[in-house]
Amino acid sequence: MAKILIVAEHSGGKLNPSTAKCVACARTIEGAEIDIAVFATDGAAVAAEAAKIQGVKTVLKVDNAANAEPIAAVLAPQVAAVAANYTHVFGPSTTFGKDLMPRVAALLGVGQLSDIMAAEGAYKFRRPVYAGNAIITVEAPQDKKLVATVRTASFQAAPEGGNAGVEAANVSASLPSHTRFVERSAAATGRPDLQTAPRVVSGGRALGSADNFKIIFSLADKLGAAVGASRAAVDAGYAANDLQVGQTGKIIAPELYVAVGISGAIQHLTGIKDARTIVAINKDAEAPIFEVADIGLVGDLFTILPELEKALG
Amino acid sequence: MSKILVGLKRVVDYNVRVRVKPDGTGVVTDGVKMSINPFDEIALEEALRIKEKGGATEIVVVSIGPADTQQQLRTGLAMGADRAILVQADAPVEPLAAAKIFLKLIEKESPQIVLLGKQGIDDDNNQTGQMLAALWDRPQATFASKVELDGGKAKVTREVDAGLETIEVDLPAVLTTDLRLNEPRYVKLPDIMKAKKKPLDTIAIASLGVDIAPQFKVTRYEPPAARSRGVMVKDVGELVAALKNKGLV
Ligand SMILES: Cc1cc2nc3c(=O)[nH]c(=O)nc-3n(C[C@H](O)[C@H](O)[C@H](O)COP(=O)(O)OP(=O)(O)OC[C@H]3O[C@@H](n4cnc5c(N)ncnc54)[C@H](O)[C@@H]3O)c2cc1C
Ligand SMILES: Nc1ncnc2c1ncn2[C@@H]1O[C@H](COP(=O)(O)O)[C@@H](O)[C@H]1O
Repeated sequence: MAKILIVAEHSGGKLNPSTAKCVACARTIEGAEIDIAVFATDGAAVAAEAAKIQGVKTVLKVDNAANAEPIAAVLAPQVAAVAANYTHVFGPSTTFGKDLMPRVAALLGVGQLSDIMAAEGAYKFRRPVYAGNAIITVEAPQDKKLVATVRTASFQAAPEGGNAGVEAANVSASLPSHTRFVERSAAATGRPDLQTAPRVVSGGRALGSADNFKIIFSLADKLGAAVGASRAAVDAGYAANDLQVGQTGKIIAPELYVAVGISGAIQHLTGIKDARTIVAINKDAEAPIFEVADIGLVGDLFTILPELEKALG
Repeated sequence: MSKILVGLKRVVDYNVRVRVKPDGTGVVTDGVKMSINPFDEIALEEALRIKEKGGATEIVVVSIGPADTQQQLRTGLAMGADRAILVQADAPVEPLAAAKIFLKLIEKESPQIVLLGKQGIDDDNNQTGQMLAALWDRPQATFASKVELDGGKAKVTREVDAGLETIEVDLPAVLTTDLRLNEPRYVKLPDIMKAKKKPLDTIAIASLGVDIAPQFKVTRYEPPAARSRGVMVKDVGELVAALKNKGLV
């Protein structure tokens, strides 16, 4: 039987929704027993949140002053130690999980499966390759621990309503001091989070300047949407790096995605193909974005956006 | 003498629209343009800039791949690397095996920095650098968008979901690159000529004594579920009506 350990992602004393998505993935494996491990300085609040996720049996709380920041080199030996009692170790396919999980796998002497989009059994999974242009079915060996990351856009967060036990766990692992946290700069936007928002408005190179990009924020505010951007818009400095959507940015699955002045390069489309409804606004009727858009409008964004905002009231 | 090791993976060029073979056994690679993984070009560019600023004395580019990978290594030499090593492998290796091979080369070359891409755009694994750092028992600074060297340390700004994070690592260390670290230089014709004379050593993968047996078995390749083309609307009025119709506004 599968015994699955999920590494919780959290910051500022709050659990990241990616954790409940990992639980959702684990729950699709029949008969799996699911535990969550919280690595923090004082993980009580996060562990209490994790304990409420349906389907979780036990939450392990690993408190250590060294866990103040998520440094992969510091967390990995602790995760590897806790993993001893499990058949599977999952983390989210966010920058946190992508940084940490391969290091855990290597310490355990096994490979890793990245970006699980579906489980077809405890050792059989589907995942995207080539920027999502191919989906592969992969079988993992049953006699080894399986370390994997879960593609969060493929799963709806497991609901609350659970009541798992919380246990403090003691982990003995020697932790390195060769890696030190310096600072983190996060633009406090007060806007919905790109990775979880039900609506997203994204702007591309066509916006032309950081100043012009404000009309994307303005439309997003009108719709209560998060803001995204193409790589071209981020590279040009119109939008912050954490807004990039796509193969190498964030993979998202909102109810509504509005692409404004974005051509629809494969690397961008990878990030949005699980969106429920895609709206494209582009002045070029031949732009590839229209091949995937549910609703397309050809025209100049600088006339369309103000009109649209007005029409939305 | 401080050395930088750079990984250059040979991958299907990023402009190619990759297609699954009709029999589901793989993707079409016959006659398809192959290039250096874009993140690895960024890694090499960063290494060159570090060397130009006096932070390194030698840049060695390394690839694990078939004999044809010499092309990508020659391009790396033309960009400015001093020497190339091809670990010849006729079948692709998984990231853990690649990390073990890099570790063998590290034991021989003793680099201060190993610069890899954050992910190969073929398998989109995003694993090798992290695994190598674990096996080497050294720091990792992944998804780097800025690298500042200061004696035996590196201050690295990383692109994370929340924004930008800065960490400090002791060297030697493994760094992996993100898109905005730099813009790689173009190769000039005279450099291509010069690169022909630079050393390119080929090592048989078997001679390294690394277990390269794959752990995972890919049983099927499928094209992704296609999204169908939707409707085109004429103006903003129709757009709003269509959104209302779907209950989205
Ligand atoms: C390794 C690698 C990874 C990458 N990862 C990503 C990724 O994660 N995410 C990503 O987005 N890209 C990624 N890219 C880049 C990708 O290939 C494209 O270059 C990028 O998505 C293009 O951005 P864009 O659509 O904004 O710009 P463009 O392709 O230049 O498109 C601009 C569009 O705006 C339209 N337009 C211009 N003016 C107006 C106007 N006034 N009104 C309306 N429309 C207008 C044009 O018709 C055009 O279609 C990656 C590339 C590589 C090599
Ligand atoms: N076969 C290989 N040859 C050279 N470098 C590689 C190879 N495999 C992985 N790498 C390096 O590791 C990085 C991450 O690859 P991956 O973990 O496969 O996504 C790449 O960008 C390369 O720098």
